[in-house]
Amino acid sequence: MCVVEVKGARKLMAACATPVSDGMEVLTESDRVINARREILRLLIANHDLRCLTCERNGDCRLQDYCYRYKVEDTPYKGEVIEYPIDTNNPFFIRDYSKCIRCGKCVTVCAEINGAYVYDFMHRGFETKVTSAYDDTLQETTCTFCGMCVNVCPVAALVEKSTLWAGRPWEIKKVTTTCPYCGVGCQLKLKVKDNRIIGVAADRSGPNLGDLCSKGQFGWDYVHSPDRLTDPLVKRNGKFIKVSWDEALNYVAARFKDILNEWGGRAFAGLSSAKCTNEENYLFQKFMRSILQTNNIDHCARL
Amino acid sequence: MRRKVLVCGGTGCVSSRSREVYDALESELAGRGLGEQFELKYTGCHGFCEQGPLVLVEPEGYFYCRVTKEHVAKLVDSLQEGSVYEDLLYKDPDTGNRVKTRNDVPFYQKQKRLVLKNCGLINPESIEDYLNAGGYRTLQKVFKMSPDAVIDEVKKAGLRGRGGGGFPTGLKWEYARKARGDKKYIICNADEGDPGAFMDRSILEGDPHRVLEGMLTAGYAIGAGEGFVYIRAEYPLAVRRLDIAIKEAREKGFLGENILGSGFNFDIHIKQGAGAFVCGEETALIESIQGNRGMPRPRPPFPAVKGLWDRPTVVNNVETLANLPIIFDMGAEAYAAIGTEQSKGTKIFALTGKIKNTGLVEVPMGITLREIIFDIGGGIPNGKKFKAVQIGGPSGGGLSAQHLDLPIDYDSLIDAGAMMGSGGLVVMDEDTCMVELARFFLSFTRMEACGKCTPCREGNTRLLEILERIVEGRGELQDLDLLESLGHTIIDTSLCGLGQSAPNPVLSALKYFRPEYEMHVKNKLCPAGVCKALLSYRIIEEKCKACGLCLKHCPVGAITGKKGEPHRIDPEMCKKCGECLKKCPFGAIVLAGGDGFGQGQSDHKRNHVSRTQALYNLKSGGRERH
Ligand SMILES: Cc1cc2nc3c(=O)[nH]c(=O)nc-3n(C[C@H](O)[C@H](O)[C@H](O)COP(=O)(O)O)c2cc1C
Ligand code: SF4
Ligand code: SF4
Ligand code: SF4
Repeated sequence: MCVVEVKGARKLMAACATPVSDGMEVLTESDRVINARREILRLLIANHDLRCLTCERNGDCRLQDYCYRYKVEDTPYKGEVIEYPIDTNNPFFIRDYSKCIRCGKCVTVCAEINGAYVYDFMHRGFETKVTSAYDDTLQETTCTFCGMCVNVCPVAALVEKSTLWAGRPWEIKKVTTTCPYCGVGCQLKLKVKDNRIIGVAADRSGPNLGDLCSKGQFGWDYVHSPDRLTDPLVKRNGKFIKVSWDEALNYVAARFKDILNEWGGRAFAGLSSAKCTNEENYLFQKFMRSILQTNNIDHCARL
Repeated sequence: MRRKVLVCGGTGCVSSRSREVYDALESELAGRGLGEQFELKYTGCHGFCEQGPLVLVEPEGYFYCRVTKEHVAKLVDSLQEGSVYEDLLYKDPDTGNRVKTRNDVPFYQKQKRLVLKNCGLINPESIEDYLNAGGYRTLQKVFKMSPDAVIDEVKKAGLRGRGGGGFPTGLKWEYARKARGDKKYIICNADEGDPGAFMDRSILEGDPHRVLEGMLTAGYAIGAGEGFVYIRAEYPLAVRRLDIAIKEAREKGFLGENILGSGFNFDIHIKQGAGAFVCGEETALIESIQGNRGMPRPRPPFPAVKGLWDRPTVVNNVETLANLPIIFDMGAEAYAAIGTEQSKGTKIFALTGKIKNTGLVEVPMGITLREIIFDIGGGIPNGKKFKAVQIGGPSGGGLSAQHLDLPIDYDSLIDAGAMMGSGGLVVMDEDTCMVELARFFLSFTRMEACGKCTPCREGNTRLLEILERIVEGRGELQDLDLLESLGHTIIDTSLCGLGQSAPNPVLSALKYFRPEYEMHVKNKLCPAGVCKALLSYRIIEEKCKACGLCLKHCPVGAITGKKGEPHRIDPEMCKKCGECLKKCPFGAIVLAGGDGFGQGQSDHKRNHVSRTQALYNLKSGGRERH
């Protein structure tokens, strides 16, 4: 798809891999280029599971986008179509290779960004498949479930399980936020439908350039957990009772004062969390040292 | 002087049991106490494999063909008597005369055997034999020259790559010499993936030291310290002989440190490939040596600048490298006198197909196809007519009778829509169907794509499917346009030479044999009588005696007829089992090119405009092509 016409070159060139040289004249949308792209699209859809009606990427699919842009509605190449069983073995995403266009983006991101080298091209010729070694389930491989492959896949070959049948792309709101797990502060986009998170998409504006680890990508299910603490609780007569924030904070402040007066700072120890930012950690140790007068501070960053 | 009995140990002769002949000769000679008088040896391939197993007697040069172990007793008799064993000499099919020596055999007369000169004459497993034949002599010369002078000499000789592309070898070396790198490499490309090609194998099996000598020269010229021979594992004999040659060369000091006191260090390793066609492509080959999947990478950067482990690397074909000792032996000028303006020296071709003498031939560049096919190859067997010749294997093109007098070199072949390729040359007679032939080649390439480029991976399969439709009689006229436009797109948009040449057999056939394609789709007729679906069984009225035998044996009741009147086969019902033809005692039933049934089946499709198509026309004022 990325071919362009370079004046003087015998054939079309790959835009992404041809170094620029002095005086080079590049045509990105000449008739020759457009015809080639259309022919390639016709070839791609000739060997693709075209059940777009219920496809999770319907409306958010690069293959659809380019077919639309280059007005390719159909293909004259009616022949063999390879169908693969869908791999649903890992807990996070499905691998539906009947939708795969063998672009190799997952191969590159996994090898060059994550360094896990899970995928490669397998077999040759028409039967080429992009998959893990020996077509194994991902648990058998070096996969860290970072989900970057899911985020770069231009079609519905790699799809988060949580988004299956959970909403059409245009119904999903994408909310940019910061990953709550560690201090790096990766940016990500929560996919939200009806005020519930159903998945995570890459946000390429932050320091992480869209890349995430398995926690940021798939570890958000606690948000809607019924076991979550949603109000401050104070134990009275052996039972936790829901109280207001003011009441809870006053209670803690009073107890801190009492203990400090009676026992001094060595009665305190503080444990901070890796989910906090540097600033929060700074404030925490300041509070512990100057107010509670203790050096007993630690942090859980040894994950 | 001890007389020599040379038994061919090339793969072709070994498979026609030359080992048995060798063993029988050995025990017969020993049994008669002649072991001392005669030196019995294995040699490499003579190229005339079709006549194998071959035995050569030196110094007389008697050239014995199709020798079996049963001939051995009489053969030894003749050796003892010093006479000729007439029955085993080559018999000229035209004159019926027996020919005594190899050079008198017409197959060899128009050849110019430079690269192959030792093949068949020396024992490839003995460095002594190679040295006695003048081997490794050019190294002395080369090491006295500066590397730049060596490169200049190769440029002057006009040597171009024999691996397919025809890139000037000297220029490639110059790029690699100028490129910066802490190490540089020479790779000998012995992948030889074209089906039917076996020139590189024969050189390595028959004269492996010649290739090592060439690699040493190349290594010295670009400043490389290490070389690799990438050879397919399906060539076990070549691998073994190469391995022996490398060990012997190390022992004699031709490989290793300070070679011949020149201060130049060089060693060579063998890397076996798993036999993927695409691994012959130089960048895929480099990936493969590095332990990755053999997938081509974009060029530039070219390997000469950034190749194996990102170091400057020269990849040269076996035959290219094997030419170097010749150039430095005879001198660039004498070498450049052979061949044409732009293509110098000789080229080895693997001659196969519908031709009397199949085998390996080495000819000067600029020779015509007619000379190769009719003078060397002996023409088409069984009195059939020449139809086409496929040059360059699955990446090449089919040429027709109009090209017979074309002097062949790199450029003339490209102009004609074929290519030198690695040198496969398949001859076709009138019984070959050009649609079927293109189908055959595509069924090979479509499984060999590495999978990176959509046009090559998907497109070649679609070309194949269209051809399959045509040979099955379901082709339509638009299919020919579809073949052409898709073929050009594949060439235009594929990354490597595999995709860029895979449609060649179809496109060249469409160019030179278009009427034959049109017959298939318009008239549902295969003129060559090959495509089964387009043939029908017919009863020739004049010959039919109305005996009723065919009617009785037709399993589907497709034959009708009464006593006294000629029978008829209903083409719609006939299942083409051929029973009737076998049973007719009068030869009245024939299998012939179609009678046009099924013609024009789906013309309505062409005028069919879908709803979306109409919408599209409305929106854009344009028209989708289908
Ligand atoms: C699909 C493909 C297969 C190839 N196979 C071979 C091969 O088997 N042997 C070979 O020498 N060159 C082969 N080549 C050509 C090599 O890429 C390269 O050009 C050649 O080895 C360079 O050597 P030369 O300059 O001596 O010809 C192949 C090229 C392509 C595109
Ligand atoms: S989830 Fe991450 S590690 Fe696993 S295959 Fe995808 S990119 Fe590679
Ligand atoms: S990114 Fe998606 S479409 Fe591309 S190769 Fe990987 S699975 Fe296939
Ligand atoms: S043209 Fe074919 S073989 Fe060459 S890189 Fe592309 S897909 Fe692979």
